[in-house]
Amino acid sequence: MLGLVNILIGGIAYGFVLFLMAGGLSITLGLMGFANMAHAALAMVGGYTAALLIGKAGWPFLAALAMAGVTAALVGAVLERTLFRRLYQASELEQVLLTIGVVYVAIAAATYLVGPEQMAITVPAWLDGNLRLGPIDLNRYRLFLIGSGVALLLSLVHLIEHTTFGAKIRAAVFNRRMTASCGIDVDKLYALAFALGSALAGLGGALSIKLLGLDPNFPIKFLTELLIVVSVGGLGSLRGTFLAAMLFGIIDVVGKYLLPEIGAFIIYATALALLTVRPQGLVGRLR
Amino acid sequence: MIAKIVIAAAAMLAATACANAEDRPLKIGWLMSYTGPGAAAGAASDTAIEVFFKKFGRTIAGRKTEIIKRDTTGPAPDVARRLAQELIVGEKVDFLAGMDFTPNTMAVAPLSTSAKVPLLIVNSATSGILAKHPYAVRFGFTTTEMAQQLAGYASKQGFKSVYTFVQEFEPGLDAEAMFLREYKAAGGTIAGSVRAPLKATDFSAYIQRIKDANPDAVFVFMTASELPPIFLRQFKEAGLDPAKIIGIGDITDEASLPSAGDAALGVVTAFHYTQTHDSAANKEFIDAFKSLAPERPVSFVPVVSYDVLRAIYQVVEAQKGELTPDRTMELLKQIKFESPRGPIAIDPATRDIVQTIWFRKVEKRDGQIVNVEFASTPDVKDPGSAR
Amino acid sequence: MSDVTLDLARMMVARRARWTTIEIIFWVAAAASYFLFPTKLVLLTQILIGGLFAMSLDLLLGYGGIPSFGHAAFFGLGAYAAGLLAAHGWGEPVSGVFAGGAAAGSLGFAFSAVIARVRGAAVLMVTLCIGLLLFEAASRMPWLTGGDTGLQGIEMWPLLGLFEFDLFGRTGFWYAYATAFLLYLAARRYVHSPEGLALKGMRENHDRVPMLGVSTVRRKMIAFTISATIAGMAGALLAQTTQIVALETLSFERSVAALVMLIVGGIGTLIGGFLGAATFIWLRDVLSALHPVYWMFWLGLALIALVLMARGGLVGALSRLTARLARVRTMR
Repeated sequence: MLGLVNILIGGIAYGFVLFLMAGGLSITLGLMGFANMAHAALAMVGGYTAALLIGKAGWPFLAALAMAGVTAALVGAVLERTLFRRLYQASELEQVLLTIGVVYVAIAAATYLVGPEQMAITVPAWLDGNLRLGPIDLNRYRLFLIGSGVALLLSLVHLIEHTTFGAKIRAAVFNRRMTASCGIDVDKLYALAFALGSALAGLGGALSIKLLGLDPNFPIKFLTELLIVVSVGGLGSLRGTFLAAMLFGIIDVVGKYLLPEIGAFIIYATALALLTVRPQGLVGRLR
Repeated sequence: MIAKIVIAAAAMLAATACANAEDRPLKIGWLMSYTGPGAAAGAASDTAIEVFFKKFGRTIAGRKTEIIKRDTTGPAPDVARRLAQELIVGEKVDFLAGMDFTPNTMAVAPLSTSAKVPLLIVNSATSGILAKHPYAVRFGFTTTEMAQQLAGYASKQGFKSVYTFVQEFEPGLDAEAMFLREYKAAGGTIAGSVRAPLKATDFSAYIQRIKDANPDAVFVFMTASELPPIFLRQFKEAGLDPAKIIGIGDITDEASLPSAGDAALGVVTAFHYTQTHDSAANKEFIDAFKSLAPERPVSFVPVVSYDVLRAIYQVVEAQKGELTPDRTMELLKQIKFESPRGPIAIDPATRDIVQTIWFRKVEKRDGQIVNVEFASTPDVKDPGSAR
Repeated sequence: MSDVTLDLARMMVARRARWTTIEIIFWVAAAASYFLFPTKLVLLTQILIGGLFAMSLDLLLGYGGIPSFGHAAFFGLGAYAAGLLAAHGWGEPVSGVFAGGAAAGSLGFAFSAVIARVRGAAVLMVTLCIGLLLFEAASRMPWLTGGDTGLQGIEMWPLLGLFEFDLFGRTGFWYAYATAFLLYLAARRYVHSPEGLALKGMRENHDRVPMLGVSTVRRKMIAFTISATIAGMAGALLAQTTQIVALETLSFERSVAALVMLIVGGIGTLIGGFLGAATFIWLRDVLSALHPVYWMFWLGLALIALVLMARGGLVGALSRLTARLARVRTMR
């Protein structure tokens, strides 16, 4: 019984890691409808920024996290201005091809700039170690991840659903020309939204190093999981992405605990079943 | 089975090799993963090649050495096989060397056999590769020999029950089977066994199963990569003591040890190479390596790569540059020298490595997390698969 | 339909079915490459197999309008079916290819009912899940598939009882060439048949075709099954010519690579898949031999440049080029 409680906590924490990584993708792929295969590459940019700032420059943890978001946002914005914006009107498949090109370049560039070795990250003492709650061990860093995830979810939902910025983006995605004719600079709006998605990617990448590790192969390794989380949740719905991440995390960890022989089979079967029954996602309307 | 034509063609290749050895370079096809999950090891082997050239020169017995590097892109046997085929047919290499992932080696070995090109294996740890392939030699290690040593260690330590955790692929299954057999034979109890797929990146579920069983020790084999540090950190986060882990040295490989950090302190492993190994040969190797790549960790892959090249030079020298595959194999079976890891030799009967296996514990020394040797078993041979 | 429109339709079919210069050049050049690059036969064989796989995806995407992120599921299944057959004592190659096609086709048929009812971006994700599911299944059944080690012990009998599979890959090359060419002819017939035209019409106007009395679900199911069968046959060819099957044949990376090859070559052209495979695989081979460590950088740049400069893939760019040349000639 106690084992199951621990496992559940493990699953929830894993779900939060997935959500932190997928949150940004939910904006660029889900909301803006851009088939962004380079999302995890932007997460890697954030991850390396944080790890190098802490390890080499001695920055404090939280400052390095913030900088990870900023750097990824800048890189994302530059990519959007120079490359991605040309393809907003193109087919999804051309977007896939372009962003896969970016992924290849990112992998080689990371190998060249940082080296192929595994990147370590040092977390401050207040995040290290365990909190004991009776018989249950709670890892401080995982609690921190859960806290960050909740904060992120609340602020994003607020931003998208309760601010004019969010309303404008939703309007622009729904009908770009109409929005532009209302005097809104759609071009700038898209750039901002993409930078936001990239910042979240960078933040998620930096936060997840301790659990997932970081090396130049990162942009490919977690791509499929993120794509599934965002689409099972429902394109364009942050709440959906959150729900799907939780479901994915918990089912994955509990499944491996109870039936290690079957492993990740359960999670893909669940995703397939959910997508078949609800192609629009857990939270989402048919468009 | 593969045509007689092939054998004839290979013989022809060998004949032409003898005819113009002077003006023909010594070609070594070097198959490693330079991208994908094995990229760090590939990069480290490259530095080892440079170290080797610096010490032993770029010519041997009048032939200029040319190392043709090809990227196998990770565990991708069809890629490895195609590259090996092109190296044999197109480049007409004298040696095939490198090899990291077992599936790649298994795909390449039949080509080495049918074309009679000696294959010097740096790191594929499955026991059964060599028997069917008379032109293959292993310079790395097998998981079976390490598991056997660790089973002995576990019973000597008086552990009553041990849980086993391995990655589910050939070397892992070999390790698990050998550990179970030897440890049970010594009177120990297996508290349980669980296997994770190679692709698994989150281990909390497996670790909880270990925790539930509450064993005295946990036997772990995971191939050297980014994953062991994640396992070690999650192990500690689950409130378990890292000192309970006994494992094959891949899990505390020097390349990934810094990323595991304090979570690795106390872990006991058995392995063939330790960076802190105290010998003149090792010091010389590390100094040369660090002068070329100060940031790059020295681990077992570059050391074995270096040994493989040394062996190639020895057999080329002994034949005065006039190579025939069978003479080369005969000479390879007599290889014996002091490596940075300790004394090594090739077992003439099995073409497998004979070496000292070191027991190490992870400690903190001058602020660095390192493996420290505390015991050893000399002249260990691969015991063969227990499956 | 009146006689006039029927005649018009027949004429259009005939025109579309005519061989283009690009198609002829590709198949002649592929045959000539055997003599030009005798040491690269294995690579050439893998280009033909990759092209066949990309073409199967083209039937789905270019003609059926169904994108897939998991087409390697069928490629890999075909590879394992043929591989298992050969590893368990039946090494006859031609029947092995049919077995691979049959296995993949059956699975394709089973999943086609699901796929045909899902539309839009969800199709990509459903196919992605199918691919991951099969990968996971194969990796969890090492007793059957060899798991992460790969399926070993594949022993091929001589092709047609006459030609041994040799170290140089000569037999393998002609075997793959002949199979790919025959399947190309078959695919051509299919897309130019009324059935294929209806499929294309469906892609171009999803809502109107049912009004013409054509069942979209049934058509999509047929297209999906055919595409899966050809993908499986391509996989079987790879298993037989490399004599090993790795989990990688089922991987997301391979699905994406096929998609990349197809987009590079040109969607909805059939030959585009082959051109894309030739370009992509050849480029990857050259770059990775030049820069074993950093080849991905150049490959990535090439892909980016291609998307930005040559919309419609190579076939699009080439036909624009030939059209311009023709115009220049008539102007003179």
